[in-house]
Amino acid sequence: MNFWLQHLLVLPIVIPLVAAAAMLLFAESRRVPRLLIALTACLGQITVASALLFFTTDSAPYIWREGIGTYSIGGWPAPFGIVLVVDRLSALMITLTAVLALPVLVYSTARWDRLSVHYHPLLQFLLMGLNGAFLTGDLFNLFVFFEILLAASYALLLHGGGTRRVKSALHFIVVNLTATFAFLIGVALIYSVVGTLNMAQIAAIWPSLRSGDRGIAEAGAAILGIAFLVKAACWPLNFWLPSAYTAAEPPVAAVFSITTKVGVYAILRFSSLLQEPLPLGGTWLFFGGVATMVFGIGGMLAARQLQRVVAFSVVLSSGTLLAAVGLGASALIAPTLLYMTVSVLASGAFFMLTGMTGRMRDAAPETAHSPSAHPVTYTAFQVGEPPDPQEPDAEVGIAIPAAMAFLGLAFVCCALLVTGMPPLAGFIAKLAVLSAAFQGLTSGTDALRPWLLIALTIVGGFAGLIALCRIGMRLFWSVTGRATPRLRIIEAGPVAFLILLCIVLTAAAGPMMTYVDSAARTLNDPETYIRAVLPRTQRASP
Amino acid sequence: MELVCALAIGVLVAAGTWLLLRPRTFEVIIGLSLLSYAVNLLIFATGRLVIDRPAIIGANAASGSGLYADPVPQSLVLTAIVISFATTALLLVVLLVLRGLTGTDHVDGQEFDT
Repeated sequence: MNFWLQHLLVLPIVIPLVAAAAMLLFAESRRVPRLLIALTACLGQITVASALLFFTTDSAPYIWREGIGTYSIGGWPAPFGIVLVVDRLSALMITLTAVLALPVLVYSTARWDRLSVHYHPLLQFLLMGLNGAFLTGDLFNLFVFFEILLAASYALLLHGGGTRRVKSALHFIVVNLTATFAFLIGVALIYSVVGTLNMAQIAAIWPSLRSGDRGIAEAGAAILGIAFLVKAACWPLNFWLPSAYTAAEPPVAAVFSITTKVGVYAILRFSSLLQEPLPLGGTWLFFGGVATMVFGIGGMLAARQLQRVVAFSVVLSSGTLLAAVGLGASALIAPTLLYMTVSVLASGAFFMLTGMTGRMRDAAPETAHSPSAHPVTYTAFQVGEPPDPQEPDAEVGIAIPAAMAFLGLAFVCCALLVTGMPPLAGFIAKLAVLSAAFQGLTSGTDALRPWLLIALTIVGGFAGLIALCRIGMRLFWSVTGRATPRLRIIEAGPVAFLILLCIVLTAAAGPMMTYVDSAARTLNDPETYIRAVLPRTQRASP
Repeated sequence: MELVCALAIGVLVAAGTWLLLRPRTFEVIIGLSLLSYAVNLLIFATGRLVIDRPAIIGANAASGSGLYADPVPQSLVLTAIVISFATTALLLVVLLVLRGLTGTDHVDGQEFDT
């Protein structure tokens, strides 16, 4: 195994870290070197992610056995040092992050990154936190990467300033800090009886816990699960999400569409390792997911602003994922992963689209704010005068023709993808979820839960369609007060790229399904994960 | 010692939760600080409460649990302290900005008549 291959696993964390640090060496006013670094970092992450994706498939079995690669940081062997582990699920999530990050970066250079300072370093730190959370094989390290990701997302949510953003950021920060404490309590309780923080070793010891210790460990796992559910926007814990995702700048909201999936990823990972869905078995998770879906459907129908509808569609997709995982059917894992992939890409594209359609209604965009909204940043960092948000279209750049046609087409594609209507990838993903649920119906004894999932998935699709039709008609067909915005290629390009990617996913649904199937196989058999991470002698109790 | 530690954690959590649910931002931030102290104490206690035990064992020392202080929770507490300190500082800035923008210290940025 050569040098690059050996260290490939740590690169998704190192690249954004080094890039963000290097960008900070340049003053805020020197945009070109900063942009070049950011662009190089994003391209590098896509390269590394696709290499990881390729090496975990069955087409390269000589690299890592059974598609699971490990990397011991500092060369310390597994239970003593921190390990990074890549399996098919992690590789998929990292690729998804990288593929979403590049369009977001390009899009934000149109004008969003200049509304306040340090946009690009913060974005890279966010990517570092995401990649680290997907890769780490250590419970406490997962906490640290969660914090990196959250700290960056606090600052990104505040980016651009304004009362609305500060208000929603305050709620966002307080809720997530409280969730952080729940995370720490869970980690502490698990450590106190299991005696290790290595996730594979926890899974290996878990079945053999004594009955007295078992109660504490399960309480710890439940509290840990609550922390994940806050991140995954499960129903009673998700009131921070709609206002935060509506207040954020469109590119920031686009990249946030994957940060909720970190919670889902963590729940999937622990449900797989501990062989019981977190928290407290599947029932709570399932009904939490169902409640989240109902909340998302209601919110979509009630919202009057496009970005808010998309925010509620993120809630709805989170609910679908949680309910599908909570159902506990192993056949549902693969369709769930496919659905997650499509929904992240689609809501990312949709959030970016809202940045452009927002300019259609009136001259002042929705994000307009008074100059007094920059009480701290612009004077402290001496960047000079803030760009005037009232005249965003005066920027120099290539405008694309047929702006309205593009916007309309992109809107229809995004709506089809988000609601899961034919013929695009959203439909295939939803169909896969539904057919797996129907299978559970015929084989399982409990008929109520699969029916509930099926019914809500279908109702959710139609509710989304109604909400988006209403907003689409108001946006595109009402004649009064509409101005054709000047679109620039760096704004339209990223949205088109993500939509094209979803269309490619529609055509290549077969290979994609094969991949998520193999990812689900690994998840359903945690023994392979434990075997890959731990040497044989460390399986037993310490 | 266990009783004192458990009482301290319990009182801190109770006070922190109460303050967290108050409508003023300053009370919320103090509540979060108290909660973070409670969590740090809890993490520390997971290494078992023992005194006069070495954290680093020599090569010839007798092995076995209970003969040394578990160093892992200590390092975890250190990390947790640093992280909660940093995020609390960030929250403090957001709190001040919101106070400046809205002119009130209510968590929702507006006063409600009771």
